[in-house]
Amino acid sequence: MALEPHEDEDPRMSTGQGRWDGWLARTLPPLGVIALVIALWWWIVVRTESAIFPTPWAVVTGAWELVADGTLFEHIGASLMRVGLGFGLAVLVAIPLGLWMGWVTPAFRTLNPVFQMLRPISPIAWIPLAILWFGVGNLSPVFLIFISSVFPMIVQTTSGVHTIERRYLRAAANFGVPRGVLFRQVVIPAVLPEIIVGMRIGIGVAWLVVVAAEMIALHSGLGYLIMDSRNAGNRYDLVVASMIIIGLIGLLLDGLTRLLERLKMVRWRYVR
Amino acid sequence: MSVESAKIVVEAIHKSFTGARGDVLPVVGGISLDVADGEFVAVVGPSGCGKSTLMNMLAGFETPDAGAVRIDGRPVAAPSPKAIVISQHGSVFPWLTVQQNLMFGLNATEHAESRQERAALADHYAAMVGLKGFENAYPHELSGGMLKRVELARAFIVKPEILYLDEPFSALDALMNLRMRNELLRILAEERHTVVLITHDVEEAIYMADRIVVLSPRPTKIQASFQVDLPHPRRIASVEAQLLREAILKELGL
Repeated sequence: MALEPHEDEDPRMSTGQGRWDGWLARTLPPLGVIALVIALWWWIVVRTESAIFPTPWAVVTGAWELVADGTLFEHIGASLMRVGLGFGLAVLVAIPLGLWMGWVTPAFRTLNPVFQMLRPISPIAWIPLAILWFGVGNLSPVFLIFISSVFPMIVQTTSGVHTIERRYLRAAANFGVPRGVLFRQVVIPAVLPEIIVGMRIGIGVAWLVVVAAEMIALHSGLGYLIMDSRNAGNRYDLVVASMIIIGLIGLLLDGLTRLLERLKMVRWRYVR
Repeated sequence: MSVESAKIVVEAIHKSFTGARGDVLPVVGGISLDVADGEFVAVVGPSGCGKSTLMNMLAGFETPDAGAVRIDGRPVAAPSPKAIVISQHGSVFPWLTVQQNLMFGLNATEHAESRQERAALADHYAAMVGLKGFENAYPHELSGGMLKRVELARAFIVKPEILYLDEPFSALDALMNLRMRNELLRILAEERHTVVLITHDVEEAIYMADRIVVLSPRPTKIQASFQVDLPHPRRIASVEAQLLREAILKELGL
């Protein structure tokens, strides 16, 4: 964050010119670092005369090749579809379950230990079971994404219910509103910011897991693209291109979930 | 209605809390109090004397270990919209707009108004507390004083018979505190309510209350009671008010 503004500060800071300067000040350093990394990468590849590891330019042409023949979008679509399904299912299960566990103490006492035990198991460890239960089709990765994103969202939603300030619950009790209103107008909106945090964690994990899952036994998706590029003729330019695309899409997914934080209903959580 | 049938009857209530090491801390040590219908009673006591515990028992959030609280002769078992609590930190829902906050209490089953009627009622009460034009604002967009107005309006709209005010204005700055006292008295003059005000501010009590009850330190009991027979609007600087203030402060050991 920027320093506190002072009274004797340059008056230009509040003008359009100032905002432009601020934007540059925030954008230039990270761009500089990226440029430096690319330059270093290029220099090392050229110096070591590597036959396999690609130069940045080879990655660009490789990526263009994938764009031109349309396969890149097929793979991106396949990965996003799996994430959408697995994550969507996880949201549908985690939010009601998390609210219920947060509200009903016996449910929390019963289920929380089980979930806390399942949670630290890496999604990768589920792969053999996923293949056993769901085969090598689309269902396996969807299951893996579900299992990896559902727990953080349950935990976040539950703790959201537990941290509702008592004064709000008391006010609701004081006005004697029916249970439905209590949930719709107090509990759910109070927990919504936590649910959004859970969704950000969940979508992040889902995107990590889909790539790993697709490396196993599938014939589409960005994870498959990486493995296939390596296996079919050491196309490391395509491997690196895929990695960069995975990073960019991950950033985009996080950005989309962050848009939820702008909902008027949850602004209260982020001001002051 | 006879004198015996007071609105709120508090009968020798006691309350203790058990500490982490099993030690018992008596907080309220036998309080009896009758509040007449339409009366404004202020309860003044040193900080940490158990004022808020007393309030929680009056409102039904906590049950006394012994004794009982009755409203209209019926024991209080749980909180009810008949008696709305307004406390220091406020409980205006930050995720609802001003209008939605005001409409909140109208969701209780005994209110059968349509959505339009409820919205119109909310806007009427918003105007009454001077929040016209802010119906669609969110609480974080309002100042502390405006939030208090939302809270008051949200209480008045359900037409509670009793208002429990637990240091309602102590989180406000001094000027806003004075302004809100007048605002509250103005509304109370329009809509008659029975009020119990808990405060550590003696002047606030003298300015608003019909009767002032002074509590002792923990375990708290009623130590003294003062009738305030001064006409409104009261002047704190008047001789009578100052004499009363000194008498109350003396009871508080100051």
